[in-house]
Amino acid sequence: MLFDMLRDPAVLVLCAITLAGCSGLPGLLLRHGPLGQRLASAAALLSSLIALPSLVYLLFWRQTSSFTLNWNLPFGPCEIALDPLSAFFLIPIFLVFPAGALYALGYWPAVERRASERSVTFFYGLLACAMALVVVARNGALFLIAWEVMAVSGYFLLVAEHAEEEVRGAGTVYLVASHLGAGALMVLFSTLFFSTGAFQFPAAGSLQVTAGLSTLIFCAALGGFGSKAGLMPLHIWLPSAHANAPSHVSALLSGVMLKVGIYGLLRVISFFPHPPLWWGALLTAAGLTSALMGICIASAQKDIKRLLAYSSIENLGIICTGIGVYLLAAASGNRLLAYLGLAAALFHVLNHAIFKPLLFFSAGSVIHAAGTRELDRMGGLAKRMPRTAFLSLCGAVAICGLPPFNGFASEMLLYLGFFSEAQAGAPYLALGAPVLALVGGVAVISFVKLYGIAFLGAPRTDGSARSHEAPFSMLAPMGLLALLALAGGLFPQLFLALVNPALAALAGPGADAVALPVAPAWFAVAGGSLLVLSAALFLFLKGRAKAVPAGAGPTWGCGYIRPAASMQYSGSSFGALFGSLASTLVRSRISAGKVAGVAPAATKLSYAPEETVLQRIVLPTISIIGVGFAFVRRLQHGEVHVYILYIFATLLLLMLWVH
Amino acid sequence: MIDTLFHMVLVLAMPPLLLGVIGKTKAAFAGRVGAPFLQPYYDLSRLMRKGVVISDTTTWIFKAGPAVTLAATLFAALLVPLGKHAAPVSFEGDMILFAYLFALGRFFTTVAALDTGSSFEGMGAAREVTFSCLAEPALFFALITLTRLSGTMSLTPMLNHVTSPVWVAAGASLILLLAGLFVVLLAENCRIPFDDPNTHLELTMIHEVMVLDHSGPYFGCILYGAALKLYLLGALFVNIAVPFASGNAFVDWALFALSMLVLAVAIGVVESVMARLRLIRVPQLLVAAMILTAFSLVLVVR
Repeated sequence: MLFDMLRDPAVLVLCAITLAGCSGLPGLLLRHGPLGQRLASAAALLSSLIALPSLVYLLFWRQTSSFTLNWNLPFGPCEIALDPLSAFFLIPIFLVFPAGALYALGYWPAVERRASERSVTFFYGLLACAMALVVVARNGALFLIAWEVMAVSGYFLLVAEHAEEEVRGAGTVYLVASHLGAGALMVLFSTLFFSTGAFQFPAAGSLQVTAGLSTLIFCAALGGFGSKAGLMPLHIWLPSAHANAPSHVSALLSGVMLKVGIYGLLRVISFFPHPPLWWGALLTAAGLTSALMGICIASAQKDIKRLLAYSSIENLGIICTGIGVYLLAAASGNRLLAYLGLAAALFHVLNHAIFKPLLFFSAGSVIHAAGTRELDRMGGLAKRMPRTAFLSLCGAVAICGLPPFNGFASEMLLYLGFFSEAQAGAPYLALGAPVLALVGGVAVISFVKLYGIAFLGAPRTDGSARSHEAPFSMLAPMGLLALLALAGGLFPQLFLALVNPALAALAGPGADAVALPVAPAWFAVAGGSLLVLSAALFLFLKGRAKAVPAGAGPTWGCGYIRPAASMQYSGSSFGALFGSLASTLVRSRISAGKVAGVAPAATKLSYAPEETVLQRIVLPTISIIGVGFAFVRRLQHGEVHVYILYIFATLLLLMLWVH
Repeated sequence: MIDTLFHMVLVLAMPPLLLGVIGKTKAAFAGRVGAPFLQPYYDLSRLMRKGVVISDTTTWIFKAGPAVTLAATLFAALLVPLGKHAAPVSFEGDMILFAYLFALGRFFTTVAALDTGSSFEGMGAAREVTFSCLAEPALFFALITLTRLSGTMSLTPMLNHVTSPVWVAAGASLILLLAGLFVVLLAENCRIPFDDPNTHLELTMIHEVMVLDHSGPYFGCILYGAALKLYLLGALFVNIAVPFASGNAFVDWALFALSMLVLAVAIGVVESVMARLRLIRVPQLLVAAMILTAFSLVLVVR
C-alpha cells in the first residue's frame, strides 16, 4: 500500500515538499556545531533529487493528480493538485532551493554565523515549502495560509542581519507591502467565493461571472500578485529587500518567489473562459514599462545586489509582456502569437530562475571576499577568484539575453511574436520589438558595469585586494546553474519540452502544437559555431602572441607617470553617461562637504542613486497618508490586556452582526 | 555553392579595402596623395607579426575580448546577403541574431577595455555601450519596416525583396529608413561625426580608446573585426539602397562590390565635410535616427 503510493510521482513531490519544510528542524534541536546545517543541506538535495525527476515525469506525461484532505475548518475540503502548470512552477523551487542550501554551507557557515544560522536555515526550508504549497493549493483558504507563511518566513530570512538599521527598515517595508498584497488577495478570494459559493478554485475556463466581477477579480489579482512579482509601480519593497537579505536568500526570493506571483496571475487568468482584450493590453504595457524602467534604474545602481534586484524587475517585466501578448493573441484568435507569447513568458521564468540565482550567488561570493556591497570599492577580483569570475561572466552574458546562453532563446521567441505582428493590419504590437531592443541595450550597460567594475581592473580597496576564491560548496551550485544556462541556449527544445505541457494546461489542449518559426537546431548551430570560433580565434591569437616578441608592463596611462587604482573608471562614472539620459527615472543625489579657505580641511563627497518617481511622488504621498492616519496610532499603545479586549469586542460585534 | 564561395571570399577579403577607400577619399579632400588603397592589408599583416605588450592588470578576458568579438562578427557575416544573392545561413528570426551578435561583440570589447583598469578605456567603454544602446531601436524599427514590406522574418528574403517596384511603391518610407540606417552605420562603426578613428586625443575617442592597450595580433584582430562590421552594416544598407538585379549572378556580384566601394567613398565624403559632434549631441542624433526609422514604419502602415 505504502509502496504503491510511493510509486506515484505526485506523492513523491508532496513528500519532497514536506521534506523541504522540515529540513531546518534538526538544526533547531541540535544546539552546536555545523551538523544541523549539513543535515538541512542534505535534506534539501534529497528533496530535489526526489522532486525534479517526478516533476519532469508529470510534465512529460501531462498528468494531473489531486488530493483532498477533509479538515474540520470552515473553508470546505482542502484540495491539493498537481497539474502541469503547478508542476512547471515547482521546477524553479526545487532547482534554486537545494542550490542555495549547498551554497549556504560556505556562505553562511554555522560556525561563524552562530547567532542567525539556525533561524536562517529553518526559515529557508520553510519558505521553499510554503512556496511549493502555494503552487499546489486549490483552495483559497489554504492558498492564503501558505501565502502568509511564505511572506512571513521571507521576512525572517531577510532580517537575518537585524542588527543593522538598513536591514530592519527593508524588512518593515517588505512586510507592509507584502500584507497590502495579501489584502488584495483576500478581496480576490472573497469575490471568487461570492461568485462560486466555495473556496475551491474553479476549474480552468469554467468561471462565468459578470464583466464587473471579472474586472474586480483581475484587478485584485494584478494588485496582489503583481506586487509580489515586483511589477512597476508595485515594486517599492523589492530592491531593498533583495539587497539586504543574505545572498542565497536573495537568490531564492528573486529567482523563485517573484515567479510565485506570476503563477498566481496565470492561475487566476486560467479560470476565465475568454479573458478580455484589455487585460492583455494592460499586461503588455505594464510589462514593457517595468522592463524598461527597471533596467534603466538598474544601470545607475552602485550596490551590486540592488543592481541585480532592479534587473529582476526588468526580467519579470519581460515575463509579464509575454503573458500580455498571449492574452492579446488569445482574444483575437491568433494561435501562433499566443504560443510565442506564452512560451516566451514561461521559458523566461525558467531562464530567470537559472541566471539570476547564479548572479546572486556570485554577488554573495564577491561580498564575502571583498567585504562590501559597493561596486566602487571592488575591482580586480578576477585575478584572485578566477572561477567565480568565469561563472559570473556566464551569468552576465546570459542575463543580457546574448547568444549562446538561454536568455537569448526566450527573448528570441518574444521578438518573433512582435515581428510576426508587423504584418498585421494595425501593427501596434510590433512596437514592442524596439522597446525590447532598448531594454537589451541597457542591460548590456548594466552588466558590463557590474562585471567590469567588480571583477576587472585593479583592486580599488584593500578589501578587494585581499579577496580569496570561494570554496567548492559555493562554486558547485554556480557551475551547475551556468551549465544549465548554456544548455538552455544551445538546446532550447529541452526547456520547451517542459514549457509546452504547462502551456497546454493554460491555453487549452493543442495550443502547444504550433510549429516554431525557427527550428531549434539553429540555436545549437549558432551557439556552437560561436563557441568553436571564439575558442579557435583565442587559441590562434595566443599562438601568434607566443611566436612574436612579447612584453609586459603597466596599463598605458596616456603619459601620466603615477597612475593609481583609485583613478580607474568607477561604476558610478561608467553609468553616468546613460544616467544623464535617464535622469527622469533615476538621478544621483550628491552630498558634498564645504571646501573653503586657502588650505581647506579634508572633506567628503558622497553620491547615491535615487529613484525619482519613488522619492518625489510615492514617498511624499505615503508620508501625507501617514499624517492623516496618525489618530489610529492611539489605539496601539503596547498594553496587551487592552489588545485582548479589542479582539473580544470585535468577535462580539461580528456575532451580533451574523445573528 | 558558387554563391556561398563568392560570399565567403568577399566577406573575408574585401572589408579592409573599404577602409583604404575611405582613407584615400579623405586624403583627396585634404589635397594629399594618401596611403595606397591596400594599406589596411599591409597594416594587418604587419600587426600579425608585431610584438605584444600586455598590461599586468589584465586577465584572460583582455585576450578573449578580440577573439569573441571577431567570432561574433564572423558568424554575423554568414547571415547578411550580399547583393541579390542568398546568404549562406538563413532562417526565420536571423535578423534578431544578427543584431544580438553585435551586442555580444560589444559586451566583450567593453569588458576587455575595463580589464585594463585605465580610466580612458573605461570612458570609451561607457560611451560605446550608451550610444549603441540608442542605435539599437533604430535598427529594429528598420527591420520591422522591412518585415512588413517583405512579409518574411529572415534577412535574405527580406533584403532580396527590395526591388525597383518596391521602391516605386514605398520610396518615401525607404528613403527615411536609409537615412536612419546610415546614421546607425556611422555610429556603430565609430565614424565621424560620432567618433574620429584617427584622433590622438584619448578624452574624445570612443572605439579607438577602448583598444589602446591591445597590440600586435590582438590589435590586428580588432582592426579586422571593425572593418568587417563596417562591411556588414554597409551591405545591409547597400542591399536596400541598390534595388537592381540583372539576373546574371556575376554581374550582380560585381554590382554589389562596386556599390560597397561607392558607399565607402560616401563615408569618406561625410568624414571630410563634417566635424565631429560634441559628445552631448550624439544621443540627440541617434534619437533622430530612431524617429526617422519609426516614421518609415508609419509610412508603410498608413
